[in-house]
Amino acid sequence: MTATEGAAATARQQPVRVFLVDDHALFRAGVRAELDTVTDQVEVVGEAGSVGEAVAGIGHLRPDVVLLDVHMPDGGGAEVLRRVRPEHPDVVFLALSVSDAAEDVIAVIRAGARGYVTKTISSQELARAVCRVAEGDAVFSPRLAGFVLDAFADRPGAAPINDPDLDLLTPRERDVLRLLARGYAYKEIASELFISVKTVETHVSSVLRKTQLSNRYELSRWASDRRLV
Amino acid sequence: MDPVSQAEPNRAPVLPEPPRMRRRRSSKAVAGVAGGLADHLGVEVFWVRVAFALLAAFAGLGVVAYGLLWMFVPQESARVPVREQTAKERQQAVGLVALGLGLAVVAGLLQGSVGGWLAGPLGVVLVGAAVVWREADEAQRRRWRDGARTGWLGVVLGEGGRNALVRVLAGAVLVTTGLVIFLVNTPSLNQLQFVLLAVFATLVGVAVLTVPWWVRLSRDLSEERRARIRTEERAEIAAHLHDSVLQTLALIQKQAESAREVRRLARGQERELRNWLYGPSGYGKGNQVSADAPADLAGATDQARTTLAAAVATACGEVEDIFAIRVQQVVVGDCPLDDQLVALVQAAREAVVNAAKHAGVAEVSVYAEVEPERVEVFVRDRGKGFDPNAVSADRHGLADSIQGRMERHGGDVRLRTAPGEGTEVQLGMPRRSTKEARA
Repeated sequence: MTATEGAAATARQQPVRVFLVDDHALFRAGVRAELDTVTDQVEVVGEAGSVGEAVAGIGHLRPDVVLLDVHMPDGGGAEVLRRVRPEHPDVVFLALSVSDAAEDVIAVIRAGARGYVTKTISSQELARAVCRVAEGDAVFSPRLAGFVLDAFADRPGAAPINDPDLDLLTPRERDVLRLLARGYAYKEIASELFISVKTVETHVSSVLRKTQLSNRYELSRWASDRRLV
Repeated sequence: MDPVSQAEPNRAPVLPEPPRMRRRRSSKAVAGVAGGLADHLGVEVFWVRVAFALLAAFAGLGVVAYGLLWMFVPQESARVPVREQTAKERQQAVGLVALGLGLAVVAGLLQGSVGGWLAGPLGVVLVGAAVVWREADEAQRRRWRDGARTGWLGVVLGEGGRNALVRVLAGAVLVTTGLVIFLVNTPSLNQLQFVLLAVFATLVGVAVLTVPWWVRLSRDLSEERRARIRTEERAEIAAHLHDSVLQTLALIQKQAESAREVRRLARGQERELRNWLYGPSGYGKGNQVSADAPADLAGATDQARTTLAAAVATACGEVEDIFAIRVQQVVVGDCPLDDQLVALVQAAREAVVNAAKHAGVAEVSVYAEVEPERVEVFVRDRGKGFDPNAVSADRHGLADSIQGRMERHGGDVRLRTAPGEGTEVQLGMPRRSTKEARA
């Protein structure tokens, strides 16, 4: 484990190696061109147009970050995550999708993605998000932050809490999420709450862990009754 | 290591369809019933066959059960790959079939419940029925393969040609022969009894022979209904895409010189399509497929009148349309709309309009949260910002539309802004319904 961490630390001086997975060739070409022009901290090393290609390509190229489309034939992004993660736990995934339906977002996060951004994100922000997940942080778009807040909300009829460590957000995490949902950047959140950026990152990672591991009803069976307090 | 990899991923929010038993099409001895049952239960097919054979000893129970399953369990679809069957397996299967029939007859004879006069003809009828039913399975398979059906004869024979006809006729003859032998051999009958029994036997013969086609007729009907629903659904999608997406694309081509107009059109269309696909009454939810577009529209406006989230979405959409900006909105929780919340949404809309007009940015964030006691809305941009004390007296937007409106309804407004720092308008409104509930 230490060996990989050391390798990751030195690799950070070099550009982040990114692998694109999307079934639309046009979109892959667009992202590749955008990332090449905005920054030299990110390098696209490969791409795939289907689940099978993606599994093979990621295994072969060992990228730092995989940009993953959620909707694809043969199981979509969640299927890629399911097949790749057991063998390559050091590859991190950032979901990039045109959908912002709650089920899709929550499903791919729970399958193990470190973040979720929609395809309308600007190139600079995408590059920043890639670097951020490559450094081990989580990337929450305002919408994802809203979904997670919603999912962990305590309302009449909510599922019972089995494991308070996993099933509840701390007040501080809630504050951070709220500011994320309001469109604040990490730095702005830090100064708003009088904490360091590092602490903000810790809170967000902890929220990600809870979102992935909690078994609360709202997180697994999302769509039907999520609204109405 | 990473605890996430051990987590149970919740991939499918929708429960899978319960597995249904299907008769095997390949690797079968008679009709694939035993094989299908084995697949369904997850046991060796050999043991299922043994069970049927042994059950046959109890007054033919195994044979009856097999026949009933044959009638009511559909064949697996043509897409399932063909299974390999070894010669030994095949021998075993045939042996077990013979054993089962033998046991049924011998046991019947020993118990005396079935006299010799009955066992023979009954066996002939059973064999005849099996031949006809097997032919029906074959016909169905041929029909699947060719995807065609031609008239009554086609239904019976399924394009099987003369061989199929011969097999069906042979089966019918066997059944008839069996029944006739049974009638002739039945001892001590007077004329009336004989006629009644003959009529009854004929009816039984016809029923046995036509069972596969009755069953198939009902299955075909439901299959056709499903196909019709699919077609209607496809037509609905096509109509929707035509009405919205194609129209917008045409408009975009016409307006190609005006970047602002193109952005506005694209954003508006994106919003509408998103709502159609993923929205609360959206197509993607799939619970109720709305019959036509007008009803859909009415549903959407109804929703806008009743819940906060829908009202916020509508307001943001309007501003996006008018000012060609992007409004990123996040709503946590939801509640029914009342007068106060309508005022809150209108104030929020005014704040977004202000941001669109004066901040000089392409994107405004709106965040609304419903809490048990109150509802809060934050409207934020990263634009120019301004000095609140230096606002000229002729700009009434903030003072009247936002502050005045909020205060009249018991809400409050906070403003965070400075030149160059962007602007955030924070609106809060207590929830009346909860207060009343407590009083």
